[in-house]
Amino acid sequence: MSSLVASAKSLLLLEFMSAFWLSIKYMVAPKVTINYPYEKGPISPRFRGEHALRRYANGEERCIACKLCEAICPAQAITIEAEPRDDGSRRTTRYDIDMTKCIYCGFCQEACPVDAIVEGPNFEFATETRAELMYDKNKLLANGERWEREIAMNIAADAQYR
Amino acid sequence: MPTLTINGTEVTVDAGKSVLQACEQAGVDVPRFCYHERLSIAGNCRMCLVEMERSPKPIASCAMPAGDGMVIHTDTELVKKSREGVMEFMLLNHPLDCPICDQGGECELQDQSVAFGSGDGRFSENKRAVEDKNMGPLVATTMTRCIHCMRCIRFSDEIAGVEIMGAIGRGDHTEVVTYLDGLLDTELSGNVIDLCPVGALTSKPYAFTARSWELKRHPSIDVMDAVGSNIEVDTRDGAVMRVLPRLHEDINEEWISDKTRFAYDGLKKRRLDRPYVRKAGKFEEATWGEAFAAIKTGLKGAKGNEIAALVGDTADMESMFALKGLMNSLGSQRIEARQDGAALDAKIRASYLMNTGIKGIEDADYLLLIGCNPRSEAVMVNARIRKGTVKNGLKVGRIGAVADLTYTVEDFGDDASLVKAAKGGRHEISKALKAASKPMIIVGQAALAREDGAAILKMAHDLADKYCISEGWNGFNILHTAASRVGALDLGLTTEEGIKGLLKSAKTGDVKAMFLLGADEFDSSTLADTFTVYMGTHGDEGVKHADVILPGVTYTEKAGTYINTEGRVQQAEKASVAPGDAREDWTILRALSDIVGETLPYNTLSELRIALNEAVPETATLDTLPEADWSDFGTDGDIAKTPIVPIGGNFYQTNPIARASDVMAECVSVREGATEEATGTNG
Repeated sequence: MSSLVASAKSLLLLEFMSAFWLSIKYMVAPKVTINYPYEKGPISPRFRGEHALRRYANGEERCIACKLCEAICPAQAITIEAEPRDDGSRRTTRYDIDMTKCIYCGFCQEACPVDAIVEGPNFEFATETRAELMYDKNKLLANGERWEREIAMNIAADAQYR
Repeated sequence: MPTLTINGTEVTVDAGKSVLQACEQAGVDVPRFCYHERLSIAGNCRMCLVEMERSPKPIASCAMPAGDGMVIHTDTELVKKSREGVMEFMLLNHPLDCPICDQGGECELQDQSVAFGSGDGRFSENKRAVEDKNMGPLVATTMTRCIHCMRCIRFSDEIAGVEIMGAIGRGDHTEVVTYLDGLLDTELSGNVIDLCPVGALTSKPYAFTARSWELKRHPSIDVMDAVGSNIEVDTRDGAVMRVLPRLHEDINEEWISDKTRFAYDGLKKRRLDRPYVRKAGKFEEATWGEAFAAIKTGLKGAKGNEIAALVGDTADMESMFALKGLMNSLGSQRIEARQDGAALDAKIRASYLMNTGIKGIEDADYLLLIGCNPRSEAVMVNARIRKGTVKNGLKVGRIGAVADLTYTVEDFGDDASLVKAAKGGRHEISKALKAASKPMIIVGQAALAREDGAAILKMAHDLADKYCISEGWNGFNILHTAASRVGALDLGLTTEEGIKGLLKSAKTGDVKAMFLLGADEFDSSTLADTFTVYMGTHGDEGVKHADVILPGVTYTEKAGTYINTEGRVQQAEKASVAPGDAREDWTILRALSDIVGETLPYNTLSELRIALNEAVPETATLDTLPEADWSDFGTDGDIAKTPIVPIGGNFYQTNPIARASDVMAECVSVREGATEEATGTNG
């Protein structure tokens, strides 16, 4: 009996037809691949990418050198030095992140009381040399300026869940 | 002795103790802000409220004397509610700026608000803001953070003895100020930073530089004066970030002087970080090998006692012992530690110790100061004398220059011959000494550094022998100013001729080579023609005429043994990293001994310490007040009828580290400005 069914299936090209149907289906279905880097997938507002140091709207840097990010960092990737600025306010003189140590856990932005250090939406920061991944304060502030619009939108989008 | 019940446990306390102290004795923790065991009771923070049975309201436990039969509860709903209420009031006007506050991480308000604070505030009005005060170059103020515990005010009134701080205004307008915006003019001002339970008073030099949780703590011993205050050196990445006091009831209690606390920035400035050799009048950088070779060449032609050495004020026992070993192997006995020329006798230990001990001052009922100003020479001793005058009715008399010591002093004049008159028996000093049951005298270096110093020492001995020695009480005290001095005398680093004679011999050519172990407190121009090797830390007086410079390390950069003015042996840990090529002094001397003399018989610090213990048996017992045998010392002689000239120099700049410190320099300039202003005749 079973040989009879098998013969009928092969005579009627049933397996071929099902495979052919699948091909036709995917031929007309919407594509899941994207043409990276010209096209990019959506990312969550909570995405933890490259770090940035933000500024207030008036240009004053947010970071107040409280060192909570340095303390919480499980990979000990952050190094901060601070001293009183000329106007007496507390500011960093050095803010370094070793991006090769960083594990992108996001604890630093959680610890920050002034939303100064954030992990922005950028994930395309591969470099040719290792040394370029040792970020200093200027690099982080430049990141902040470049990504401020997206970062601000992400923070606003996520605010209702906090 | 009242017996009371605390949370169901019976506890018996000494009469006069407070309920809070009884709770502590019973092992029950009571939160507090204003209460401090060394200050008087204020009872104004209300954080220590506890419930007492048969009392309609909760009581402030710090201000309530423990009574017999009291039943105290600290774990009831009422107590919890009152603590939370008090905390809410505290936080009402507190700015909650912990992230930018230097106290963050070691703040009593922060800790206690975690336990008793609510997550949310109900206060929606504007918080009050208070203008910051200027308290000088050491104490930074953010008065908005102040919770009005008044610890700083009580400290300056009671311990420091300068009535300069106070609270003005009432209720919401209360402000803690220094009167007339004056400088917090005391050598103990830094302690208000430790006392402040919040971040209202913080350290200015330390401002924003480090957080308490990233510091490594190293127990150490202070070398700024001869008291040997116990300190904690806090470092980050091998650099000293701050210096704090460490509790030692017999020496510094929990205070330290401003010089001890703030001179640490001098550790990083003007440092000698590599060997130098003088070639054609100019210093040239050299390797250790080249420097040692230069010393070998320089020492040629100098035999035995033609080589001499001077020991500085901050040297540790290990380096002095190694220096002595090296000098002896070169055949020389000429090592001198008394840079000020004080006529101290190294033979009898009781003759150069503070025999009564610092804590002993509290027991004394009469004190005679001879040529000494404890306020600038040994701040912690002065604080203890003040404590004696306040707590025990200690009376203080003085032979020497008039100076404000923060307590009442009866002045007898500054004529040195008064010491002889005092011994006579008819002078009022003799009567005061005779009337006292535990009299003591403190002889300062100013009296001993005179030409007739030995005679004054003898007369002071006779005076003490007549009035101050009784069963179990030795009232004879020498107050040293140099941390290394007692140790050097224990090692016998004295010469017949003294420093003046040595420098004279250097001029005449009797001394052909001179080693300086951090010696900077003398006029080095006399060494211009002598081959001089300077081993030290800073480019100060000693390097001016040196031919070879060997970079040594400061007290925070080595493990060292120090003997304080009481003769108490204490050891400090290595805390920070030395700059550049600098090496521990004893290792330099050990390496040098290979090349110029006989090799010193120790290769490690522990071997050195074993050898040191054999040479000076006293160093084997750590941290005990020694009992030195009383016998005859000093030399008979005439005492000139001239005033005792106080030790020169100011309190803030007495050694190379303090002189290199910008903070100390600022303290000096601010004080000079303050005195100029006070005259009202200039500007």
